[in-house]
Amino acid sequence: MKQYAYYPGCSLESLATSYNLSTLEVAQTLGVDLKEIKDWNCCGATAYFPVDELLAHTLVARNLALAEKDGLSDFVAPCSACYKNAYFTNAYLKKDPDLAEHINYALEADNLHVNGTMKVRHLIEVFIEDVGLDEIEKKITHPLKGLRVAPYYGCQLLRPRKDQENVENPQFFESLLSALGAEPVDYPSKTRCCGGSLIITNRKAALDMVHILLQDAVNRKADVIATTCPMCNVNLEVYQGQVNREFGTQFAIPVMYFTQLMGVALGIKPEKLGIGKELVSGEPVLAFAY
Amino acid sequence: MSNELSFSNEIANVMYATHGNPIKDCLQCGTCSGTCPAVEFMDHTPRAIIGLINAGYRDEVLASNTFWSCASCYHCTVRCPAGIDIADMMYALKRYSMWKGQHQEGLIGPVFAQSFVKMIVDSGRSFEPLLAPTYIFKHGPRGLVQEAQTATGLMLKGRLPLLPKKIKGLKKFQNMVRRIIPIGEPS
Repeated sequence: MKQYAYYPGCSLESLATSYNLSTLEVAQTLGVDLKEIKDWNCCGATAYFPVDELLAHTLVARNLALAEKDGLSDFVAPCSACYKNAYFTNAYLKKDPDLAEHINYALEADNLHVNGTMKVRHLIEVFIEDVGLDEIEKKITHPLKGLRVAPYYGCQLLRPRKDQENVENPQFFESLLSALGAEPVDYPSKTRCCGGSLIITNRKAALDMVHILLQDAVNRKADVIATTCPMCNVNLEVYQGQVNREFGTQFAIPVMYFTQLMGVALGIKPEKLGIGKELVSGEPVLAFAY
Repeated sequence: MSNELSFSNEIANVMYATHGNPIKDCLQCGTCSGTCPAVEFMDHTPRAIIGLINAGYRDEVLASNTFWSCASCYHCTVRCPAGIDIADMMYALKRYSMWKGQHQEGLIGPVFAQSFVKMIVDSGRSFEPLLAPTYIFKHGPRGLVQEAQTATGLMLKGRLPLLPKKIKGLKKFQNMVRRIIPIGEPS
C-alpha cells in the first residue's frame, strides 16, 4: 500500500477537527495510508507573504524537507491554502536554484535540506485520481440519494493555474458527489472566493462575499454545501449567523467537508466523522447515516 | 535619463521571479476589476490601481485600501489576458507598503499579518484564538460581543482548544527563521 506524507495544517487541530477526523476515517476505509509529517509547522496561509516572501517559502519548505526526509513521494494537504503554498514553493524550489540555495541555507540551521522533489497533492485529488471514482462507488453502503449538494471549490484548490486544467468550470467535485449517490447542484459561484482571511481583516467585505455564496446555493435549492478547505468552511458555517444578522437573512444551510459526506456514504458512524460539531445542524446529511 | 527606478519597476522588483516588468503589459481591459469579488470594498479597482502604478502615483497607491482588500483568490490572475499575476502584485504592494511604513490608517491587514508572523515565530503553529483580539481591538464592544457569541458556540462544540500548540524543535526552527529575518536573540 502506498504511503503518503500527510500535512494536516493548523486548522485541522482546532476549528476543523471534524475535517481531520473524517479524513483519517475515509482514508482508512479506502486503503489510503496517510503518515503525518513529524513536527510540522504552520505553512503561513495567506499571512506571511505580505511580510517576507523568502520567509514564507522557507516555512513551507521546512515541511517539504521533513516529508522528503521520510522518503515519501507524495505530500498531501487537506487545506486548500496549505496545498497552494506547498505546491508553489515546491515548484519554485525545483526550477529556481537561487531560491533553493537561500532556503537551504536557512534550513541548515534545523539540520534539514529540501530538493523540491515531492509531488504535492490536495486530498480530494488523491481520492479521485489514486483511489478512483469506480473504487469509491463500489464501497458505498449508504448512497446519498436525492441529497442536493452544492460543491464549493473555493479559490486555492484551483488557483493559480498549475497547467492546462479547467479553472473556470471544473467538474471533478461534481463527479465525486455523483459517485456518492448525491445530486450535485450547479450554481454560479462555486469557484468564487469566500473572503478567506478578510473575515478578520475586512469583516464587512468577507460577510458580503459569504452572503453571495450562501444565497446562490440556497437559490439553487441545495440541501448542503460541501467544502474542501477549513477556511471556506469556517467562513460559510461559523459566520453564517453573522451574515443573517447583517443582511436580515435566515440561512440555515449546513456546510460539511467533502470527507464527511464521503464518510456517511461509506457507512462510517457520524460521530467518528465529527458530525455534530457544526453550528448549523447537519440534519439533512445525518438522515442518510442510519 | 534618471537612474532612479520608476514606481512601477520598484513594485515589479518585489514580485516573485519576474523578468522585466509584467505590470507594464497591462492593457487596461478591466477583466480583473470585473472578476474581483472584493472590488466594491476597494478605494480603487485593480485596473485603476495598475494604471496608477504605471503612471507613477506612488502616494495615491500606498494610501489606498485596494491591496489590503485582496483576499488572494487569484481569480484576476487566471483571467488576465496579459498574463500578469495580479494577486501576487497585491502581495508585493502589501510588502512594499509595510517596509516603507506607509499605509492607510486604521487598517487591520498590516497588524494581522505582523501578529500572525510573530505567532508562528514564537510557536511554529498558528492558533486562531490569538488572532481574534486583533479584530476585537479594532471593533470595540460590538466586535467583542459578536466574537464572544461565535467563540462560545465553537467552544461548546469542542472546536476551540484552550492552549496553543508548539512544535517540538522550536529552538532549531527559530534559528532557521533567524537566517531569514531578525527576530532577536534566544532568551
